[in-house]
Amino acid sequence: MKITVRIWRQKNANAKGSLVPYEMDNISEHMSFLEMLDVLNERLTLEGEDPVSFDSDCREGICGMCGVVINGQPHGPETTTTCQLHMRTFKDGDVIDIEPWKADAFPVIKDLVVDRGAFDRIIQAGGYISAPTGSAPEANNLPVPKHDADHAFEAATCIGCGACVAACPNGSAMLFTAAKITHLGLLPQGQPERDSRVLGMVEQMDAEGFGGCTNIGECTAACPKGIPLDVISRLNRDLMGAIARS
Amino acid sequence: MWVATTKNARRSPLSSTVALKISMAVSGLIMVGYLLLHMYGNLKIFAGQEAFDEYAHHLRVFGEPMLPENGLLWIVRIVLLLSIVVHFHAAVRLWARNKRASGAQGGKRYHTNKNRKGIQRSYASFTLRWGGVIILLFVVYHLLHLTANIIAPGGRSDSPFERVVNGFEIWWVVAIYTVSMLAVGLHLWHGMWSAFATLGANHSRTRVGSRWTKLAWVVAGAITIGFLLPPWAVFLGLAG
Amino acid sequence: MTLDYFTLGDDIADTAAPGGPIEKRWDLHKFNLKLVNPANRRKIKVIIVGTGLAGASAAATLGEAGYQVVSFCYQDSPRRAHSIAAQGGINAAKGYRNDGDSIYRLFYDTVKGGDFRSRESNSYRLAQVSVNIIDQCVAQGVPFAREYGGLLDNRSFGGVQVSRTFYARGQTGQQLLIGAYQAFERQVAAGTVEDNTRHEMLDLIMVDGRARGVVVRDMVTGEIETHTADAVVLATGGYGNVYFLSTNAMGCNVTASWRAHRRGAYFGNPCYTQIHPTCIPVSGDYQSKLTLMSESLRNDGRIWVPKKAGDDRHPSQIPEEERDYYLERIYPSFGNLVPRDIASRAAKYQCDDGKGVGPGGLGVYLDFASAIERLGRDAVEAKYGNLFDMYAQITGEDPYSQPMRIYPAVHYTMGGLWVDYDLQSNLQGLFVTGEANFSDQGANRLGASALMQGLADGYFVLPNTIANYLASAPFEPVADDHEAVVEARNAVTERIDKLMSIQGNRTVDSFHKELGNIMWEYCGMERTEEGLIKAIGLIRELKAEFWTNVKVTGAPDELNQTLERAGRVADFFELGELMCIDALNRAESCGGHFRAESQTEDGEAMRHDDQFAYVAAWEFGDEKPVLHKENLEYEFIEMKARSYK
Ligand SMILES: Cc1cc2nc3c(=O)[nH]c(=O)nc-3n(C[C@H](O)[C@H](O)[C@H](O)COP(=O)(O)OP(=O)(O)OC[C@H]3O[C@@H](n4cnc5c(N)ncnc54)[C@H](O)[C@@H]3O)c2cc1C
Ligand code: HEM
Ligand code: HEM
Ligand code: SF4
Ligand code: F3S
Ligand code: FES
Repeated sequence: MKITVRIWRQKNANAKGSLVPYEMDNISEHMSFLEMLDVLNERLTLEGEDPVSFDSDCREGICGMCGVVINGQPHGPETTTTCQLHMRTFKDGDVIDIEPWKADAFPVIKDLVVDRGAFDRIIQAGGYISAPTGSAPEANNLPVPKHDADHAFEAATCIGCGACVAACPNGSAMLFTAAKITHLGLLPQGQPERDSRVLGMVEQMDAEGFGGCTNIGECTAACPKGIPLDVISRLNRDLMGAIARS
Repeated sequence: MWVATTKNARRSPLSSTVALKISMAVSGLIMVGYLLLHMYGNLKIFAGQEAFDEYAHHLRVFGEPMLPENGLLWIVRIVLLLSIVVHFHAAVRLWARNKRASGAQGGKRYHTNKNRKGIQRSYASFTLRWGGVIILLFVVYHLLHLTANIIAPGGRSDSPFERVVNGFEIWWVVAIYTVSMLAVGLHLWHGMWSAFATLGANHSRTRVGSRWTKLAWVVAGAITIGFLLPPWAVFLGLAG
Repeated sequence: MTLDYFTLGDDIADTAAPGGPIEKRWDLHKFNLKLVNPANRRKIKVIIVGTGLAGASAAATLGEAGYQVVSFCYQDSPRRAHSIAAQGGINAAKGYRNDGDSIYRLFYDTVKGGDFRSRESNSYRLAQVSVNIIDQCVAQGVPFAREYGGLLDNRSFGGVQVSRTFYARGQTGQQLLIGAYQAFERQVAAGTVEDNTRHEMLDLIMVDGRARGVVVRDMVTGEIETHTADAVVLATGGYGNVYFLSTNAMGCNVTASWRAHRRGAYFGNPCYTQIHPTCIPVSGDYQSKLTLMSESLRNDGRIWVPKKAGDDRHPSQIPEEERDYYLERIYPSFGNLVPRDIASRAAKYQCDDGKGVGPGGLGVYLDFASAIERLGRDAVEAKYGNLFDMYAQITGEDPYSQPMRIYPAVHYTMGGLWVDYDLQSNLQGLFVTGEANFSDQGANRLGASALMQGLADGYFVLPNTIANYLASAPFEPVADDHEAVVEARNAVTERIDKLMSIQGNRTVDSFHKELGNIMWEYCGMERTEEGLIKAIGLIRELKAEFWTNVKVTGAPDELNQTLERAGRVADFFELGELMCIDALNRAESCGGHFRAESQTEDGEAMRHDDQFAYVAAWEFGDEKPVLHKENLEYEFIEMKARSYK
């Protein structure tokens, strides 16, 4: 099929970017979205142009490295990662707009590549359980009700891709942060640090320049892992509790 | 030897975005509570002048002699004033912050004009801030009109009932009230749900699926209609 | 004949392996290792390249212990290392099931699974610490699957009879890595670990016979940086991407290992690769990677091809009697459940005969029609629903109504940098952990054992063994203008300049794809002497063309993904050649390495223990590589031929 892609080209962090159109023939519907960009890049390279920079690694929907805004939707029109999106979702003759995540806390590095280091720093601020190697008790000494374990798992499936931030009209990182709070907060191991965790992570989230959440819910619509919205309420509860106790 | 992580909170959690949001939610809900009562009071207009003025008077002498005259009213006023200050303060701070955070490059965040409406977003959530500003302007006008009676379209009166009726016989007053009430409705349509979610009460996977969203629709609908009834009833000559 | 391609060096004398009863070896060895005084640790710096299970766990643990750790990875966050993609699970000899499992049995299975080409001491240690891994991960909050009683659930995996695999739905690797990553980030906050993302290691700095640092490229600014330390740990993963198409992540590469190899580190058993039979086949020449489908599908799916070559009818149009359920036919007792390598080769043979299905004739059917008939659609959906969805997502075909197409794909590399029992390479101060080393898996790896090895190395083995080396540290500081540092930095810059200056007519990917085809064709599932010799010639030609005709766009001092790939592919050429040479030398079939010349009458792999019971450790040579043999001895487990009958 024949399509036109309009891709955000931006030389570096300080340059001004714009959407540049490229026409492409012979796109197979079996191609993944990123393979379509690979094909474009092969062509651009041979034409002596700078190929489009974009991030990807696993291309299996699990590492969270990929992610672009496609026609205004982070990761495109399906509930999946950009790398798992296939061209059969589009029609012959479509014009597809491709832009990077845009948020103050995710500066663009080049073209479609952004810096998501803020997420790592949020985790550093408390998104862990302190269990130094060697100090762990026998694993089965600490039963976890299956229900809690399953819920914790569900929250832990977050791949840190940042689509929630890209989708949120406020550029808020609440879904990401709250997913971690929920994952660790539901487990008995996570209780001792529950207060310091939420205080630290929320503080860091703010310091990184993410917006506040107005409970719009757009983030869950974009999340490729279907992280549920109620994690945000859980974070709020934890924060109120922590403030009350501190 | 383990190296422990050092956690020295630099900023008070009370000034975090989440805490600001919580203050908005609490102040917002207080105002909602007031509105519900206020609406109930306003509907007395259908019971006639006596009932309405009696009610307004009752408000002022409520709790006597434990409270001085106008005691309750002043408590309510102070609480409301505090609420609006807190609410407004937080709104302005978050507004500025969110604008920056979403990479506001001259307004449009993404250059594509596809998917402008989003997936889960509602019109109400879009308009929260401007809606709030309209409400604020309305309240100022409203106090000047019906409480202080400084602006008095249709004529001044000592009877609250008459002030209301005098005002609502004029089409543009009704128009102002109508627009404002719609703004209030939209504000609460999203705001009520948001307040409960902010206070940690949401247990639903999506916004639309939450029972708080449904409650918000009901309350927002009731308040809008409840407040719109008196002006329109007066205007159309069904009351007063 | 084969000696045209390499020369023979001395056998390896010392592997630092302890003797004594196998159960006591690790404990005794630990006791004998030197310790580092806690007060000294903060004066000692360790560079760790890689943040997968092996690297992140080591960084976190060494950081907790008080060392200064400097970490590098090429992704934008440590959490994205390729370990994240592992689906199936992690083995541990917890014996929670009362099904006869034990450390000894896991040890036995590992040695046997490795087709008697791994070290007994290492395999035993791996089984032994597996128990602690689960405790550690649970304490960190890894949400393993649980039973209703709240205790940990296990499943059986990879054809073993005991249930010892711990799992977190289909995302075990992700959950384990997130656990290690969180511990890692905790140390970053504590100031003991310095995190450098989007940094690619391009060379090793050797000073006075010790590994003392690395040269890295900041992938955002293009700046070439040198970092020095008291020891260097490589945890840079496997090199399956030499085949271009594999189940590995796009960025997986051999550069870090290869650069160390060029600086003198031996490369162990490069030819051992694991090929997984159930992957989604290639759909076109634009294909960038292959996706693994869980092995469990073979429990209920039946594999077949049309009897007639070139039959391109829709599968539903092909009547029963014109289908060949070849695995059931050839291996009546095991049928569709034959081991990975056999299933893979059988599929290849069918396709070689022109019976393959789907694009390019590279695929066989995996049919669930009879399972759906027998169990009902709901039962099949409950069991495999998520896998079917994944298949449908990628191929656009509905596996409930038409058979899946599958094809084998490169999945894991058992070979890697040679290390001794202490995980130290032959270069002092250079340690190698996880998939990047060759050590514990022998010629083949059991399912769910790679995650185990990565975490065993990082949490429990390396932190102990590296202390023995660091006991005499801190070493004399290496200045930035030390000649070794300057030399390494210049070597890197020159290489980049060279790549940028060619400005030829072919893209990096086109070279990589061609190299991949050569490797897959001649050094893939089945290898022959003739084919390997041919491959070596082809690779050399292609490499020569690469260095005169590749086109790298852009500039070196910016984010330049073409340049990154070009550097990796350049190293893959050299690795590919060494793999072929290693495969050529190993004129036997063992584990993941199948030499067509060495098979029994009914096509089973045939080992030659008398000639090849050794680890092939290759030393880099400008002319020819040098082979050093490390002989393997089996004191506890008797060497037997693997049989699936
Ligand atoms: C699809 C798939 C499924 C699997 N499923 C299972 C399973 O179920 N059970 C199991 O046990 N095993 C499984 N495996 C195997 C297992 O996942 C890997 O062997 C293991 O995770 C490797 O871990 P590692 O830490 O050694 O390396 P990796 O996780 O690959 O990490 C490598 C690290 O090195 C860094 N790096 C690499 N090169 C450089 C460089 N030049 N400069 C700087 N940094 C560099 C990378 O950034 C990364 O951080 C699976 C593998 C695949 C591909
Ligand atoms: C002074 C004028 C007002 C302004 C500028 C204003 C503005 C806002 C804004 C911007 C929000 C969204 C806050 C955020 O989540 O970032 C909000 C929320 C809300 N507002 Fe108002 N508002 C005003 C008046 C009112 C009034 C009069 C009421 C009640 C009758 C009200 C009730 C609410 C509620 C319940 C919320 C939800 C709080 C939350 O999200 O937690 N607001 N308002
Ligand atoms: C059409 C609908 C409304 C009518 C008929 C109405 C009527 C009145 C009247 C008659 C008074 C004066 C009461 C008195 O002084 O005894 C009053 C006061 C007030 N109204 Fe309204 N009102 C309406 C809507 C609203 C709305 C939507 C708000 C807020 C968003 C609001 C906020 C207030 C406030 C804050 C006061 C002052 C109370 C005080 O004296 O402290 N009103 N209203
Ligand atoms: S919450 Fe969802 S969208 Fe946000 S980072 Fe995690 S996986 Fe991505
Ligand atoms: S879209 Fe944004 S406002 Fe909150 S609910 Fe999601 S973070
Ligand atoms: S590339 Fe890993 S999630 Fe898309």
